[in-house]
Amino acid sequence: MKPIAKRLFRSRTYNEQKALWGFMYVLPWLLGFLFFFLIPLLYSLQYSLSEIEANANGMTIKFIGFENFKEALTVNTSFNRILTESVIDMVVNVPLIVIFSLFLAVLLNQKFVGRGIARSIFFLPVILASGVIANLEAESLVQAINEQNATGGVFTTGTMELMTIMLNSGMNEDIVMYLMDAVERIYQIVSQSGVQILIFLAGIQTISPQLYEASKIEGATGYEAFWKITFPMVSPLILVNVIYTIIDSFSRNDMTTLIRETGFTSFNFGLSSAMAWIYFLVIMIILLISTYIISKRVFYQE
Amino acid sequence: MLMERLLSLESWKRGLWTIVRLVLIIGLSFVILYPIIQKISTSIKDKADMYSPIVVFIPEHFTLDNFKQAITIMDYWKTLVNTIGLSTMTTILTAVSCAFAGYAFARLKFKGSNLLFAGVILTILVPPTTILIPIYMNLKDFTLLGLVPLLTGGKSINLLDSYWPFILTSITANSLKAGLYIFIFRQFFRGIPKEVEEAAYIDGAGIGSTFLRIMLPNATPSIITVLLFSFVWQWNDSFFTTTYLTSSKVMSTQLTSLPYNLQIMLEGGATTNKDPFFMSMVQDTGILLAILPLVILYLFVQRYFVESIERTGIVG
Repeated sequence: MKPIAKRLFRSRTYNEQKALWGFMYVLPWLLGFLFFFLIPLLYSLQYSLSEIEANANGMTIKFIGFENFKEALTVNTSFNRILTESVIDMVVNVPLIVIFSLFLAVLLNQKFVGRGIARSIFFLPVILASGVIANLEAESLVQAINEQNATGGVFTTGTMELMTIMLNSGMNEDIVMYLMDAVERIYQIVSQSGVQILIFLAGIQTISPQLYEASKIEGATGYEAFWKITFPMVSPLILVNVIYTIIDSFSRNDMTTLIRETGFTSFNFGLSSAMAWIYFLVIMIILLISTYIISKRVFYQE
Repeated sequence: MLMERLLSLESWKRGLWTIVRLVLIIGLSFVILYPIIQKISTSIKDKADMYSPIVVFIPEHFTLDNFKQAITIMDYWKTLVNTIGLSTMTTILTAVSCAFAGYAFARLKFKGSNLLFAGVILTILVPPTTILIPIYMNLKDFTLLGLVPLLTGGKSINLLDSYWPFILTSITANSLKAGLYIFIFRQFFRGIPKEVEEAAYIDGAGIGSTFLRIMLPNATPSIITVLLFSFVWQWNDSFFTTTYLTSSKVMSTQLTSLPYNLQIMLEGGATTNKDPFFMSMVQDTGILLAILPLVILYLFVQRYFVESIERTGIVG
């Protein structure tokens, strides 16, 4: 066996060998991609276009065209509502998370006492705020009561006053509302921005210190240095973070729950697949739009 | 004179900023830690303390009853062993398969490898819900293109409710968020200079040994990142776990069914026990118990974690 293999490999050039091994290394992934991704994806498309009946002989799949899509969009009572809700949630949260995490990354990059501790606290949500824990947390009664007690006091009046001040000073009402909303969602935002902070922080650290030194000699303030150096240099990462935030929201929204329930509780596989496809398409459109908008403004070094 | 005033203004500004920064960081840290502190305080409270208006954080009657309850209901120790086993297994398998794929996509280019990498990106972008049902059906009657029935004599096997779905998807680098790990590895390997590989080749190393002995040791930061992410996400994952495993006791399935199990257990007891507050208390304790191992793990590795991610090259 061995001599044959040797001869086989001898006759190849380095590049050919590389290509061969490359394919070998990718092969496990490729098999998984076919069996656990591509084929299921195609099946899901097929299911979404058909009516599925499970009976004693297994399943019968009947092609019915776009009926399931119609049902999801017009008949199903909660689909439209949940879809718009999760899309709005996404559109509201994504900019907040990205801006917030950029701000925090800049903050955590500065030198101060206790930076190590602060960093480890801010990355804690990466571990804690994912999946089942986040879901259960939302249901906790004790916490809800405590929160109500807490917000009943100083907090609400504080934000209310701030709101009136901002409105009186002639700021746009929508912006004020958005900011107030952000304050109320602060836990949600903080807990979802762990990975994004990490990515931005890593990006900031790759910026060469000479740039800052030069700007300091020229008399730039910290504010100017941020907008003229830090921001353009990390701008490619904004795109990465926007995409990551959108993907990350899959695991924790009501849409996922609805699709699952339609599939596994009421066993309407066709409808469930149709919902999943509509959701996928909507996400794709959002991703494309945001990629288009952002990549036009991004600064690349090359 | 003027110089001095300017200097003092500067230092004023700096001092002010330090204070603002301190307040911001402490405030936000509090926001992050608050739920955890709250859970700890709830879990050591006695039921009587729940209604006492005086008690906010530090309980009047210290008790470990909640822990005892949660541990029995969740079957904690068995669940813990199961979860650690499952997470470790998938983590290691996923890291290995993703490292191979990532290296190949970065350095061992072949015809169509860019197209396949687009496939990796696609796996990241498609919501897992879209393919959930077909995967479920596939695993329920697992045939592998009709190969399995040939071996078992015409019958497909049901892989659900076993660890096989996890093993199969992790060997083939298609488990939870595996696309992301492949991406991380690829970016990292692309950052290592080509000369290193060429030198190894000239010294007589084949492709395999170059990868194992030269490239992998250099990739430690990215390996650590991937190991951590995949361990933690597998631990917390309820999406795939509740689909694949129905009866096996793993942390996330136990947590999901904790409220239900609690209700069943209390059904037989005195009616006073069926108090929503009490149930919520035990549930909070359950969550605390579930994240405790992760927090302990994090305490040990967090330094490495924070440092390593800066060098992984997710950024490049």
